[in-house]
Amino acid sequence: MSGRLVTLRGLGVAYGAGPAALSDIDLAISAGERLAVIGESGSGKSTLALALAGLLPDNARIAGDIAWEGGMKPVPGRDIGFVFQDAGASLNPVLRIGEQVAEVAQRHLGLDWHEAYAYARDLLAQVQVPAPDTVLRAYAHQLSGGQRQRVAIAAAIAARPRLLIADEPTSALDTIVQSEIVSLLDRLVREAGMTLVFISHDIALVSGFADRIAVLHQARLVEAGPAADVLRSPKATYTARLIASHIGLDTPRLVGARA
Amino acid sequence: MNRAFRLLRRRAISSIPVLLIVVVGAFLLLEAAPGDAVDAYLLSIGGGDPALVQALRESYGLDQSLPARLSLYLSALARLDLGWSVTFGRPILDLILERLPNTLWLMGSAVALAFTLGSALGIIAGARPGSVRDRLLSTGSLALYAVPSFWLGLVLILVFAVQLRWFPTSGIATIASGKQGIARALDIAHHLVLPVCSLGFIYLALFLRMMRAGMAEAWRQDYALAARAKGLARRRIVLRHVARNALLPLVTMLGLQAASMLGGSVVVESVFAVPGFGRLAQEAVAGRDAPLLTGIILVSAVIVILINLAVDIAYGILDPRVGASEGRAA
Amino acid sequence: MSLLRRLSRSPEGQAGLVLLGLLVLAALLAPVLFPDDPLSIAGPALLRPFADPAFPLGTDRLGRDVLAGLFHGARASLAVGLAAAAVALVAGAVVGTLAGFAGGLVDETLMRVVDAFQTVPGFLLALAFVSVTGASLPVVIFAIALGAWTGPARLARAEVLSIRERDYVAAACVIGMRPLEIALREVLPNALPPVLALSAVIVANAVLIESALSFLGLGDPNIVTWGSMIAEGRNMLRTAPFLSIVPGIGLVATVLGVYLLAEGFSDALARRRSRA
Repeated sequence: MSGRLVTLRGLGVAYGAGPAALSDIDLAISAGERLAVIGESGSGKSTLALALAGLLPDNARIAGDIAWEGGMKPVPGRDIGFVFQDAGASLNPVLRIGEQVAEVAQRHLGLDWHEAYAYARDLLAQVQVPAPDTVLRAYAHQLSGGQRQRVAIAAAIAARPRLLIADEPTSALDTIVQSEIVSLLDRLVREAGMTLVFISHDIALVSGFADRIAVLHQARLVEAGPAADVLRSPKATYTARLIASHIGLDTPRLVGARA
Repeated sequence: MNRAFRLLRRRAISSIPVLLIVVVGAFLLLEAAPGDAVDAYLLSIGGGDPALVQALRESYGLDQSLPARLSLYLSALARLDLGWSVTFGRPILDLILERLPNTLWLMGSAVALAFTLGSALGIIAGARPGSVRDRLLSTGSLALYAVPSFWLGLVLILVFAVQLRWFPTSGIATIASGKQGIARALDIAHHLVLPVCSLGFIYLALFLRMMRAGMAEAWRQDYALAARAKGLARRRIVLRHVARNALLPLVTMLGLQAASMLGGSVVVESVFAVPGFGRLAQEAVAGRDAPLLTGIILVSAVIVILINLAVDIAYGILDPRVGASEGRAA
Repeated sequence: MSLLRRLSRSPEGQAGLVLLGLLVLAALLAPVLFPDDPLSIAGPALLRPFADPAFPLGTDRLGRDVLAGLFHGARASLAVGLAAAAVALVAGAVVGTLAGFAGGLVDETLMRVVDAFQTVPGFLLALAFVSVTGASLPVVIFAIALGAWTGPARLARAEVLSIRERDYVAAACVIGMRPLEIALREVLPNALPPVLALSAVIVANAVLIESALSFLGLGDPNIVTWGSMIAEGRNMLRTAPFLSIVPGIGLVATVLGVYLLAEGFSDALARRRSRA
């Protein structure tokens, strides 16, 4: 833990003439921490991710302020890595995997293409993709969902960014693969000292690795604090409801039994 | 390359029934035309006595039933015998083979012009959807697409051949110039500039619009946003990520437009008096030469099928997802 | 209808409406403003445009009024364009729907026939048909439709096939909507945009093919068309270029108007769906 990375002050985002997707968000993110942003559909959590990454569309209207420590606006790819929810869609279908990972290194690390491909191979091994040499030459449609997400993560961390934003990276995956990806992210982030912002709708999923949890509800920040505190004694009723409604193997039967 | 061959074989096989239907259709067309081959022949030799006519009919099997005539026709086609032209008094296949290269040069150059320039302009327009550049190119291409090719040809002749005298008004080569080799090739190229432009500009507009639309669609995809998230150079995103995907529907369109362009060559060759395959069709109509016209239709169908086969292969090479179900990695 | 209102708000739709409106007006007013046969000799030959107020656009080689030809040509182009499109749409829809519903061998055979018609260039088909039957307006219309019916056939078949599968049709069935209701409220609004787009292309193509046929001398010889005017004017290209240029502008305006209107329509429909 070494100081502030970025501070959001009164951040508000609206798309075109529509209602606010984010409203008056005050949030501070420390360098090296693992922050989980929890919310349901329409809470604005993806908008928050895009706003942080500087990827909002042109018709987005922004209020408030995103203050980066050191004053310099971060460069996407080099300072911020982004992992999308649907890896199948975020990988270009007509380009080989190797090119899509190597191009990040070629662009930001000053490597030539030959070096970049070798570097990409190592990255693929790091994210535990089986047979990295084969995968380098493969296309996205030839990989499984879990493999695609690993590739996407490799591309996101290729330039060794300070911040890794993962927007629901496991929501489209099977359960076992989900936990593999989560532990992969956790390990990578810790080893490289990256800050992780993990967006999810599943508060139980993040409970295993998040340092802090922020909860969004209908475009507003409802609660933010250390993970243990938020989970044990949530200050907001919405957070309490979220925690209470998670379904696990130990949850009593919902259907058939009288509550 | 294996994938390409598999596609090619599949496509070629499914083309056979189509070709058969075209052949039957051509035969029916011949039947529908007033008079038959013997009448046509008699016309060209100035008439004959009824006994001769009957004998000729018998020897050519033209007095037999419809199915018999059809099988005669089919066996003639199998021998690549397309029949005899009334207007020219020569075998039809010879005529066609003589005229075809000119048209292929014309069409090929027009496609090359339309595809390269159209894609390039389309990429420029699609790089920034909604920009001034984009709207100008969009409106301009729509207006160009609405122009009839023969009228465009006349306008080009007026401006560039009559007023500016940069290009000749018609023909494919300077008559009796005696040029050989490179000089002759350049002369032909010089003659073809205006016809190629007349034929090609309309398709240029089409390809521009397709590329533009394809890029707008590609920009909406997640992989375009992911490319921006990686902080790649704008030029690389536009060309390697977005345009590369937008290219695919364009290649498909190439195949679909092949038939249209072959038809378009008829009028353009007529305007510029280019002695090609298309002009031959017009001459066939003028001379009421049904066998020649039928032969032209058959050959056109074959050309279109071949072009579509080539386009299919090209598409299969460009899109790695094609034929994927026949071999999937884990 | 609110669709028209939304149409009139898009710039393309506005431009298209204006252009086509003018053309339809010209077509309708032709027999009123120029009651004499436009093929008849009206005045001195080769009068330049704007020289004589009686002939605002001049006269051609034989002394025929160019402006009258322009107006009557609008009639011919619009009539042929719309009629050919109608024939192609109906014929194509029938065949396509049949293929979609029948399935199996019937479907396969019909689709191969469609393939065959698409393999031969439409213009050559039209040429052949006119050449065999003789040039007159109905023949030209049918000849154009011969090449144009394949698009609607494929579209109709695709619609029928996907309609059977669509989730919202199944959902509507489950709720208990009657088949007619389903067809009108669920299926038609979604089928409309591609049909409209295709119709516009067919009409525009029909106008162009008709003009090309007339240009080659294969149109109806008893009426004035823009194509025949351009062909006539070709002989005087060096001395009186306006004879060929003016009718061509009419053609461009017509086709452009159709395309702009179609774009306006598709914009309007898209906006309606996104709001719904």
